[in-house]
Parts: sequence; C-alpha cells; structure tokens
Amino acid sequence: MTTTPMTPGVVPGRLPPDAFAANFSDVAPPLDEHEARVAADRCYFCHDAPCITACPTGIDIPLFIRQIATGTADAAAMTILHDNIFGGMCGRVCPTETLCEGACVRMEAEGRPVEIGALQRYATDGLVLSGAHPFRRGAPTGKRVAVVGAGPAGLSCAHRLAAKGHDVVVFDARPKPGGLNEYGIASYKAVDGFAAAEVEWLLGIGGIELRLGQRLGQQVTLEALRADYDAVFLGMGLAGVNALGIDAPGQRDAVDFIAELRQTADLSTLPVGRDVVVIGGGMTAVDAAVQARLLGAQTVTIAYRRGQDRMAASRHEQDHAVKAGVRLMTNAAPLAAEGGAVVLAHTADLPDGRLLNTGERIGLPADMILTAIGQRLAGVPEGIALAGGKIAVTGPGRTSIAGVWAGGDCAAGGDDLTVTAVAEGRDAAEDIHAHLAGQPLAPVDAPDMRAE
Amino acid sequence: MADLRSDFIGIRSPNPFWLASAPPTDKEYNVRRAFQAGWGGVVWKTLGLDGPPVVNVNGPRYGVIHGADRRVLGINNIELITDRPLQVNLDEIKSVKRDYPDRALVISLMVPCDEESWTSILSRIEDTGADGVELNFGCPHGMAERGMGSAVGQVPEYIEMVTRWVKSHSRMPCIVKLTPNVADIRKPAEAARRGGADAVSLINTINSITSVDLDLFAPQPTIDGKGTHGGYCGPAVKPIALNMVAEIARNPATRGLPISGIGGVTTWRDAAEFMALGAGNVQVCTAAMTYGFKVVQEMISGLRDYLDGRDMALSDLIGRAVPNVTDWQYLNLDYMTKAVIDQDLCIHCGRCYAACEDTSHQAIAMDPGRIFRVKEEDCVACNLCVDVCPVENCITMRELAPGEVDPRTGRTAGGFRDWTQHPNNPMAQAAE
Repeated sequence: MTTTPMTPGVVPGRLPPDAFAANFSDVAPPLDEHEARVAADRCYFCHDAPCITACPTGIDIPLFIRQIATGTADAAAMTILHDNIFGGMCGRVCPTETLCEGACVRMEAEGRPVEIGALQRYATDGLVLSGAHPFRRGAPTGKRVAVVGAGPAGLSCAHRLAAKGHDVVVFDARPKPGGLNEYGIASYKAVDGFAAAEVEWLLGIGGIELRLGQRLGQQVTLEALRADYDAVFLGMGLAGVNALGIDAPGQRDAVDFIAELRQTADLSTLPVGRDVVVIGGGMTAVDAAVQARLLGAQTVTIAYRRGQDRMAASRHEQDHAVKAGVRLMTNAAPLAAEGGAVVLAHTADLPDGRLLNTGERIGLPADMILTAIGQRLAGVPEGIALAGGKIAVTGPGRTSIAGVWAGGDCAAGGDDLTVTAVAEGRDAAEDIHAHLAGQPLAPVDAPDMRAE
Repeated sequence: MADLRSDFIGIRSPNPFWLASAPPTDKEYNVRRAFQAGWGGVVWKTLGLDGPPVVNVNGPRYGVIHGADRRVLGINNIELITDRPLQVNLDEIKSVKRDYPDRALVISLMVPCDEESWTSILSRIEDTGADGVELNFGCPHGMAERGMGSAVGQVPEYIEMVTRWVKSHSRMPCIVKLTPNVADIRKPAEAARRGGADAVSLINTINSITSVDLDLFAPQPTIDGKGTHGGYCGPAVKPIALNMVAEIARNPATRGLPISGIGGVTTWRDAAEFMALGAGNVQVCTAAMTYGFKVVQEMISGLRDYLDGRDMALSDLIGRAVPNVTDWQYLNLDYMTKAVIDQDLCIHCGRCYAACEDTSHQAIAMDPGRIFRVKEEDCVACNLCVDVCPVENCITMRELAPGEVDPRTGRTAGGFRDWTQHPNNPMAQAAE
C-alpha cells in the first residue's frame, strides 16, 4: 500500500515524488527586471525615510530603490551590502511587514507598501550570485580576531573586520557555516542553496579562516581564544532549546526538525507525522508547522498557550501558516501527551499578564509533537556576565570581559532576527577595530539601545 | 446630453476629435478602422507630388521617452510624408469619404515651393470628395532639408505666399499647419491669415533628440550607427502646444482665426484644455499610436460628461480661458496665498520638506513625529510643495482674505497692483 497523508504514524513519502519540489519551491519568486522597475517606481524617495529608521541595519532604502529604478542594480546592491552584508538573505527572511515595509509611507497612503524586501533581493541577487566579491580588504593590521559562530552575527562581524585589514578566524560547532541561515530558515524562503552560496561569496573578501566542528567549551575555550587573539567576538547563537516539561513519544525539537529538513536533499525520505502538533507561537513554530504540512502531514496544529495577539510570529507569518492549511489554536497550553494524543488546557490571559487555566481541556491526535518554545544560551563561558539568560552587553556588544564582544541571539537585547544579528556583528566589528587601532573605547553613557 | 457635433471652418464632424496627419492616417485600412472606432475626422497623411515615391529609412523611425512602467510620454519620429503612390492615396481617400460622408476628411499636402506644384496637386485632389486641405509647413526632418515642411513654416513670407496660391486655386477650406520650431509662433500665424488661411493647426512636432545610445554613442533611433533629429510629440509637448495655441488666440492680429489644437492630446481633459484656450477642435496622434483608435471613446464620453456637469455647450468651452491668459506684468502682485498641509491626508513622506528646505524658501518645518508644518512667515507661495506632494489635495494654497496681512511681507491682501503700477518698477505709472 502506498503512503499517503492519511497513513498513521511518522513516515516518509506521504506525497507523490514531484510534489516535494513544488511544495518547497521559492515562496516569493524573485522580481524580474521590469517588475523591479515598476515596484521601484512606487518609492517616494522620502526625506529622512521612515523605512531606513525601521531597518536594524539602517540601509539607505530610498537610494537603493532609486538605483534600481535607473537600471543600476549593482550600485543598489552595494548600497545595501555596505550596511548589511547579508542583504541577500535579509531580503528573503526579514519580517519586512514589521520593519521597513511596515514603516513605508505607502502603508499610510494606500495600505500597500513598496516591496522593499523583494527589491532588496532583486538588487543583491545579481551581485551575490555572480560570485565576484565587490569589497576589498584594507591594509593588513597584523591583528587577529577570533569569532565564535559562523551565523549572521559572526560572519557580519568577521567580514567587517576583514575589510579593516584584520585576520579573522571563525569557529563554529556545526559542519557547515551559516548558522540559522543554513540550519534554521524555512526551506522555501532560501531555495537553491542560497545560504551556502551567500556565505561563500561573503568569504570572498579574504582574510577569514573557517574552523568548523569547533564548539565553544569543547574543542575551543574562551580562555584560549583570549590568550591567542587580540579580540574575541561571541556570536554562537542559542544552541539550547527550552524543554516542554511533558514527556511524550514522537516529541522533538522544532529547531532540529527544521535543521534536518534543510539538510535533507531528498525530502521524500524525511518522516513526518500524520497528525502534527507544534507547541509554540513564534517564527520557529510557524516554519515547522508549515513545512510539516508541505511534507504531507494530514493535520497540523499550532498550539500556543496565550492569545493570538501575544504570538511572536507576525500576522504575516500567521497568515502564511493558515494559508498552508495549518490550524492556529491559541490559549491552549500543553498538559500531557498520552495514547497518540496531546492534552491541552484552555487558558485565559489575565489583564495583569498572568495566565489562567480555565479547567477545560481538549485532546488532539498527535503522532508528532514539535516543540518550539524558545531557545536558550548553552555552553556559557565562565565568568561572563549574563542578563536575562543571555550575555550582557553594553553599547556595541561589549561584554563584561575586556577584549570580548558579543552579538546576535546569544547577546541580551534586540530582537532575535537575522537582520539584528547582522547589525550587532557589524557594530561590534567597528568597535573592535577602534579598540585594536588603539583608540580609547568611546564611553557608553547612553542607555543601551537594544535593552528590552 | 451635450452635443459634440463640430463645425470647424465649415467642415462638419460628429465630434471634435480628429486624427492628425501622421502614420495612423496613411492608408484606407487605418482610416476605416479609425472611423469605426468613432473618430470625428481624419487629416490624411501628407501627400506629395506625383513621381518616384518618397523613400523612408528601413531601420527604426521612432524614439521614445518613457515614464513609469514604460508609459509613453513622448515619441519622436523621422518618418517622411506618405511613401505610397499618389494615385493610390487619392483612390483610397475617395473610397473612404464615400462610405463615411458624415466624417471630416482633410488632406494634408506638402509640395515644393512653386505655384505650379501647388496648382498641380490641388487639381489632383479635387474630385476625392475631401472636405479641405491642410498645408504641412511643419515637419522638421527630411523634407525640410529639401525646402519643404518646416523650412517653409519658418519663413512667414513663404507661408503667406503658398497659402495665397492655395486659396486662389482651390475653393476648399484651407488649414495651415504650423511648426513650433520658431521663436514667435504669432508671426507664422499672422502670415497664414494674411495669405487667406481659414484656420491654423498647431503644433507640428518639435525638433528633438529623444535619447542617446550609451553603447553606440549615437542618437536614437539609430540607423546604422547614426541618428538625426526628429519630430517630438506626445504628452510631453502639450504644455508647449497649449502656450502656442493661447498666444495665437489672444494675439490681436490673429484673434478669431480658427485653431485646430494639436500636441499631446491624450485624454478628454487635454482636449478640453486646448479648446478652452481657443482651439475649435483637436487633432490626436500619439495617444492613438500608443493605445489604438479606441481611446477616442474615452475622449467622447469624458468631454460629454464634463460639459453636462457644467451645463455647457461645446461652443461655451471654446476660447473660454483665453481672456484669462495675460502677460506677467498684469498679474496681481497683491494677491497672496499660503500653502496649507492637511494633516489628515499627510502620509509623512517629507517630500514637501525636502523640496522647500533644499531648493526653495525653508518655509516648511519638520516637527517631531514627522509632522510637517508650513511657516507662513517664510512661505512665498511658490506651490512647489503642492507639486511634489504625492497625495492629491493634501497640500493646497489658501488665499489670504482681503485685509489679512502676509506675515512674510507685512503687506495687506485684497488690493490690486500689478507690475505696471508697482513702485519698484521704474516705468510704473503711479496709481495715486
């Protein structure tokens, strides 16, 4: 008997072979040249544009859009990449509806923003996918910097440091660089191996050595790095996942599920449940749920313990999930898993923020339970001050230890977004450079802009 | 419902929308399609003398200026007059006119500047049944180098002479088509009137190079690596045409001379503007070349709705704005306005601020929260903020009420004082 979405249990190949390629194709296909020109023409070239302010990396959006409109996409790409070396990935994965596009004055005018994300992708793809690296390194400084984590924060930092003429060694625990770009982004958002291609292109600047399979605290220690290098940047992300607290067969971390999916060449071999319940309310929950559906799961439910307005996933992401056939169940907290089902308690959000268990319960069939209830810092180096479970930083990523900077998801403050990580890595690199150049560190007397 | 029937110098048409002498009117097939679509009249593409047919380039003959989304804003062309045998054109004109007796059919003519040539061509077209002739003194390319087209239109004496020949050898109504490639459009119009023209039509195309190919380093359209100037038309030329029409309409020496308005007419509104400035009808080319003949249907319904909405007849529209066209020196310098920003409509793009702060009078303030506010004490009422604002009617100009003091100048609004009366004018006549 052939396997179908109805087949019980956690099995691979629920769909016809050609369905996988179709399901996991580009969720937002690139603009062609004419589409880009038309989209670019909608930009008003605002004065002191709100979209720039809304971008964590502060890309000069009106300028790059005008460069597209005048037929100079490579110049547009340089405008973007100067501020955000991961402009290609950010054009694909940024929650633009809450950032640049949310701030676009066209929203106020007609509720339909300039397609900034799609235009950014259009501009950068030509240059990034050409392979040729457009930035050149400065004169060698003889300084060496260790970067822990080859994700958006670490590589953004490494690129900026390399551009300044420093030699950079990047350590990463995984077998491939890219961090969440490689392992954490939903497959249909970065098709055709874009994450890997972008990293390879980024490394084209030279002066960056990758050492993979090097986990901080295991193969390499902060102590040793501090001894061997002139400065250290920590950007290793959040390797730990929060535990659900209930024990259930068929339960796994959504992060692992997504990573495995990203690394699986033939998706027809990837097992998925018939009835999948995803616990959580963020982007990871949405990415896991949608991809479970696309793999052929019959029913997929996102169960979130609070109300819909508290979900970390943007409305755009929620809509994306619903359109993919995912059911959103809010105010539903997991209590137990038994007999192929998960039992959820109905809750109510109280005005003071506490959660009330109403006493009502509902059971959902579940042969696969994916938990996406947040990640946490793992393998924290000793002696470094934390804030809210993450590495405490002041100003441009300075930690409590002299000569050690941090940024990205592992650092306190800021949203856990690719674009935020890129900005933090870049800004830390500038600070490290100033430090290595012998300039006294600028005092940080202003409140930390990234503080919660 | 407004009656759009038109009588232009005795030539009747069911509406005032004619197709101009141009590629769309070069042959029977096109003209029949145009009439089927509803065009009121056609000026048949220019005929020349019998003989070896005119030769056109076999490479591109049009250049273009695009706006957003490849919207055609202007086209230039290097096409010559008809390149089909004279008799073929004459037979087709006769055939079309026979089937469409209610439509205007005017023949455009261009022959060398000697009386015999004109006598000859006039005799050839006599029995086509055409309603009139239009003398092409306008084309700026190709034919001009052979002493025709704009080479005639740039010399008022030639215009007068040829027009007189035409009027003495033909009883047909005669329209003289003027070239805009002159310093003062009133002079050729006056010459046409002196020669006995029944009307003038304008503008013909403007001498132009639309663009340069930055790989070939040659003007476009490019013919085997070279380019030449061509005649520019389309929406981009409308402001130039409107001014020239108005100049003739208000010039004492040409006042009352019927005008057929040409130059970038694309919508009913463009047509209404030409007519308000004195055009008795309009001729269209680029809009048809861009969108096809069907555009006339929007022009008809639009003009009709406009007239109905104001309870006006077509004749009420023609020339209605002419008395309000004047010289700068007669503008009221005591009339004062100030920009007003509607905060409810504002989308906070800041274009008004950038325009005013960088290039004008620093009269718009940007307050916290991207609130844009007019500083009346600095506002000279230039209108640039209104022009660059992407939201219609978000910024408007408020007239200062009589007695209100302009905080910028300290002067009181409500009086009348033009430059001829202004104390700063050494030539002024004291009003006191």
